[in-house]
Amino acid sequence: MSRLDILKTYKLYIGGKFPRTESGRYYPIYDKKENLLANVCSASRKDFRNAVVEARKAQSSWANSSALNKGQILYRIAEMLEGRKEQFITELIAQGVSQKAGQTEVEAAIDRLVYYAGWSDKYQQLFSAVNPVSSAHFNFSMLEPVGIVSILAPEEQSLLGMVSVIAPAIVGGNTVIILASESKPLNAISFAEVLHSSDVPGGVVNILTGSKKELVSQMASHMDVNAIIYCGKDENEIKTIDEFASESIKRTIFYKKNNWDNEESESPYFIEKTQEIKTTWHPTKA
Amino acid sequence: MAINKENNNFVPKWSYDAAPESTNHLHLKKQYELFIDGEFIKPTKGNYFETTNPATEEKIASIAEATEEDVDKAVRSAKKAFKSWTALAAKERGKYIFRIARLIQERAREFAVIESIDGGKPIRESRDIDIPLAANHFFYYAGWADKLNYAFPNRNPKALGVCGQIIPWNFPLLMAAWKIAPALATGNTVVLKPAETTPLTALKLAEIIQESGLPKGVVNIITGAGETGAALVNHPDVDKIAFTGSTKVGKNIQKSIAGTTKKLSLELGGKGANIIFEDAPIDQAVEGIINAIFFNQGHVCCAGSRLFVQESIAEIVIDKLKERMKTLLVGNPLDKNTDIGAINSKKQLQTIKNYIQIGLNEGGDIYQSDCKLPEKGNWCAPTLFLNVSQSHRIVQEEIFGPVLAIQTFRTIDEAIEKANNTPYGLSAGVWTQNGAKIFHVTQKLNAGVVWANTFNKFDATSPFGGYKESGFGREGGLHGLKSYVTFD
Repeated sequence: MSRLDILKTYKLYIGGKFPRTESGRYYPIYDKKENLLANVCSASRKDFRNAVVEARKAQSSWANSSALNKGQILYRIAEMLEGRKEQFITELIAQGVSQKAGQTEVEAAIDRLVYYAGWSDKYQQLFSAVNPVSSAHFNFSMLEPVGIVSILAPEEQSLLGMVSVIAPAIVGGNTVIILASESKPLNAISFAEVLHSSDVPGGVVNILTGSKKELVSQMASHMDVNAIIYCGKDENEIKTIDEFASESIKRTIFYKKNNWDNEESESPYFIEKTQEIKTTWHPTKA
Repeated sequence: MAINKENNNFVPKWSYDAAPESTNHLHLKKQYELFIDGEFIKPTKGNYFETTNPATEEKIASIAEATEEDVDKAVRSAKKAFKSWTALAAKERGKYIFRIARLIQERAREFAVIESIDGGKPIRESRDIDIPLAANHFFYYAGWADKLNYAFPNRNPKALGVCGQIIPWNFPLLMAAWKIAPALATGNTVVLKPAETTPLTALKLAEIIQESGLPKGVVNIITGAGETGAALVNHPDVDKIAFTGSTKVGKNIQKSIAGTTKKLSLELGGKGANIIFEDAPIDQAVEGIINAIFFNQGHVCCAGSRLFVQESIAEIVIDKLKERMKTLLVGNPLDKNTDIGAINSKKQLQTIKNYIQIGLNEGGDIYQSDCKLPEKGNWCAPTLFLNVSQSHRIVQEEIFGPVLAIQTFRTIDEAIEKANNTPYGLSAGVWTQNGAKIFHVTQKLNAGVVWANTFNKFDATSPFGGYKESGFGREGGLHGLKSYVTFD
């Protein structure tokens, strides 16, 4: 007797919970043969705002957790993803990626998490400075997370690309709201399940699925978002983001690359992009 | 804590004799042209505006107004110069910058006096702070020119091209130095626009640059107001914009270059929190409060314009502060005894007066020292407001004048929360004798520069710049190089 499969309901990931979109809207994802794979949530602007509230709540305690702790949590995400590798490859294949490309992508995503886990307690030493000022002060500059980062994940390499921009942002103490690849969103929500079982505090990573066109202006204009990362090449979208970002002097980061599976796609400079520099003057004369 | 009235008696029983700096050593022209491609040339449309002394309202000189045509000329000149300048041996590039630093030092006195005449700041400040820091900035970045690979290991930093730089009127020469020095050290060429009320020291710097033998077109200095700046920002051949000024204009600039590849750094407004804890060295802190808000007439983006005093010491601190304010000498910027000079322009004076009126209308208690203000010129007595809260406009908005808003707090967490509750994030100050408390609080303040037991200190080696709506990018130190390079 053949067994009827249990299909997964793909929901959003906000504040460590898996709610449906408050809007009740969805969009269908089909495989190559036009079979329905899933009805994916079409997140609303309100969902995004809710996610920002959760991201803000989580930010300072995440930033204040120790560098070692953040590193171990990133490593834990890699462990969990490794254990569920097959599921991710299957999802990629269902969405039209070849077996080989799917396997390469998932493995690269796991390795990327390990890579940034290793940076958690090292990047600070690269970018900090003790500045030899002329007065009697111990003057030093160090990095601090910019705060909340909204991320428009790349359309292709929907898992690897997304992981490659999330990992450097969160290892640096930021909290993030991601809009997943619109055409290939399944991995993103499955990745939320991985995060959920990896000791990542709720609200540190929030994942939405939905229409880029609809959400991009909100993601760029929200006054409590400090920086926005956009992966893509659409000049109109880039201009829109720049314009909305100017309303709150938001930091804008654009990655126009197609391929995230190479050494140029990982470096401590990706971490630095979502960091501020604080300079402190401490008196040295008693 | 009981107030010891005797300790508060700062006011001397005698008065100071005038001690004015002489002006007979200045070399000033009646009319200044645009500095483009190594020459001083007349503006295409032939328009000039006046720069006046804000302390006397007398005209100092006529200044060329650069229109779009002139901006285009300047950008072309910078573009033409870029190729050979960026290809020049880095060591040689550095030597030109060292030379500029030395020439400023040689003419420091003249620069200081001109800065005070044109902008209204006390000679004590232009002599001891603005001009030396400007020279130091050139000296500092000169040394970086041939060491950039150590600043950015494995990244092969390269120059961007033509940098359009727009600077404010509060620290005219110093801001020019902050902009030009790192741009040149990294191999870029420059079109700089000083503010329309304070163009003179930048134009004197142009003379120095000419004397230094810097290749033509590497630095171009053009004068004008907002329209000139907008033309520079929107010029298609400009590769980078560096702007220091108001948050409002900064937002406009970010918006107007949206979708272009122009690199941007912004150093914008602020509403700095100055936090005095009960275990602070009180007399030192009172001096710090004075310096935080009255330095340069409060025309300081990183001014400590919001004072937070712990409730247990509020009475004594405010009492001492009022006494100290009585001793501040407001008047002739060229007098070496002057503490507070002239407000930079009529327009800015009106802005400050409007805010004082807003503070009164919203129910704040005002205190102003009863100093005698000169009859002619733009002046504002040092002012503080008590009985204000977070929602008051004078607590939220940047005034850019000698107006301090005072609030109290009880706990460390309350101080931090109030300090951070602003769209700005440029500077903050903390006063306490407890070292651990310094680190605890400075780590939690959302500001790019945090001073402990001091305020308004600057150094060429120390990165400066803001969080949030105070802008992005850093100036000074190793981190200041990054705004002027691109990587493979």
